[in-house]
Amino acid sequence: MDGKTNNIVVDIKNVEFLYEDTEETGGSRVLKDVSLQVRRGEFLAVLGHNGSGKSTLAKHLNAILIPEKGKVMVEGLDTSDESLLFDIRQRVGMVFQNPDNQLVATIVEEDVAFAPENLGVPQKEIRERVDYALDAVNMTEYKDHAPHMLSGGQKQRIAIAGVLAMKPDVLVMDEPTAMLDPAGRREIMETVKKLNREEGMTVVMITHFMEEAAQADRVVVMDHGKILMEGTPREVFSRVDEIKKIGLDVPQATELMYLLKKSGLNFETDILSADECVNVIKDVYNAAKEAL
Amino acid sequence: MFKDITLGQYFPGHSFIHRLDPRTKILAVIIYITSIFCIKSFLGYAVLAAFTVLCVLSSKIPFKFVLKGLKPIMIFVIITAIFNLFLTDGKILVRWSFITITYEGVRLAIFMVLRLFFLVLGTSILTLTTSPIALTDGIEYLLSPLKKVGVPAHELAMMMTIALRFVPTLLEETDKIIKAQTARGADFESGNLINRAKAMIPILIPLFISAFRRADDLAVAMECRCYRGGENRTRLRELKMKKGDVFGWFALVCLVGLIVLANVAYGRINI
Repeated sequence: MDGKTNNIVVDIKNVEFLYEDTEETGGSRVLKDVSLQVRRGEFLAVLGHNGSGKSTLAKHLNAILIPEKGKVMVEGLDTSDESLLFDIRQRVGMVFQNPDNQLVATIVEEDVAFAPENLGVPQKEIRERVDYALDAVNMTEYKDHAPHMLSGGQKQRIAIAGVLAMKPDVLVMDEPTAMLDPAGRREIMETVKKLNREEGMTVVMITHFMEEAAQADRVVVMDHGKILMEGTPREVFSRVDEIKKIGLDVPQATELMYLLKKSGLNFETDILSADECVNVIKDVYNAAKEAL
Repeated sequence: MFKDITLGQYFPGHSFIHRLDPRTKILAVIIYITSIFCIKSFLGYAVLAAFTVLCVLSSKIPFKFVLKGLKPIMIFVIITAIFNLFLTDGKILVRWSFITITYEGVRLAIFMVLRLFFLVLGTSILTLTTSPIALTDGIEYLLSPLKKVGVPAHELAMMMTIALRFVPTLLEETDKIIKAQTARGADFESGNLINRAKAMIPILIPLFISAFRRADDLAVAMECRCYRGGENRTRLRELKMKKGDVFGWFALVCLVGLIVLANVAYGRINI
């Protein structure tokens, strides 16, 4: 294998998927010829509306769903090969929306140990993995607590730790902040960014929060089962009109720039954060003052 | 309203009894219960009482707390006592119109009361000093020899763990549903028993639906974490018999020995 292919952790090739739910549409094509590559060490955000196929795509990454057409390769392993199922799931850790429905055990530590226990890791190494995982999400001091006594954000961090204990190559998160309050959402984003930066963890985050997607290295926008846009957050969000057309929003700062530009002022829309926004406006203001 | 229910009534601590291996404790309770029903004399019960008191003392759980467990069975105890008192044949002690109390009746009534008390005390010492997790681990281990005859020991333990894990979650959810339905004008407090039972339907149906959804989510999440049943599974905490357990077993053997002696003595002299 040459260096180039080795850099790709998950390779999704021309995947099609059809739900056999016959109630309304008689089976709707949820994914239409989707191709996407997840690169090692990147933080990839997948944006899209409800029903855009983004969760279905996520479920293809660790063989919960198998593509009807096309292929998903995880580190060179084909997800349609049933004998590789647990190898694939160990490599692609998955965190879901509702933290309550992911925790198995009545004590935090035991829950984090669940995956390595399933994998048959020796006892001493389980201990090490649990300690490492709890430390990575900053929850070591809660290791003896009962999960139901924790806040939503804390529970979700335990769910992340539970996945980290498998030592996965990719962390896939399906709207991990959708059920959390703003404080919990911040906790999760900080944890994820820290894991990505400090531990070099490859992260795929499915979300519909623009502010979260703006913090990623790369953004993929999905609509009606197709990949519509792909690029850095700056590239993607500067295409405000296209994003608005499919019913999504852009980050607030970008929106402000967009409106200012629309009203005839000379602003660029490749602004993502409030700080950048303030700086740009300040520059323009100062320039205008000097001109007077 | 449901938040302070503690299931299994675990009383956290670090006493000698707390630190015993759960397998020791479970087996000890089984032996204890068997001996309750083998005792034939008051002397035997005195031995058992002394043993029980020693256990409670060494567990450092306040007596009041342990005795609280007897409250819910009081009515049951009283009814049992009355039946035994009046309905046993034998040497007549008191006769007043249609009521007869026999010597054997009094004896049997006291025995039944003692048996029920010790039964509850023994099992509550187990649940008070053993965390639910340790308890399920112990049960899984003790049942595992039965795997060969098809008893799903691991699955049973897993089910118990998940049930324990979801009790607080579902209680919280019930609370939420009750509030939501009350806000929509549902009335849970008035009317006769049947009406009130009917009023529970709008609570139970959403609760069931959500429980199934949770079960579905949990199953997927467990599969994602490579769950594949009990085979080749390792454990974070392996159960290990320690020195304390040896002492525990010694105490238990002494108890059984003394009870046997008391029974033998009962055969000779009648106390």
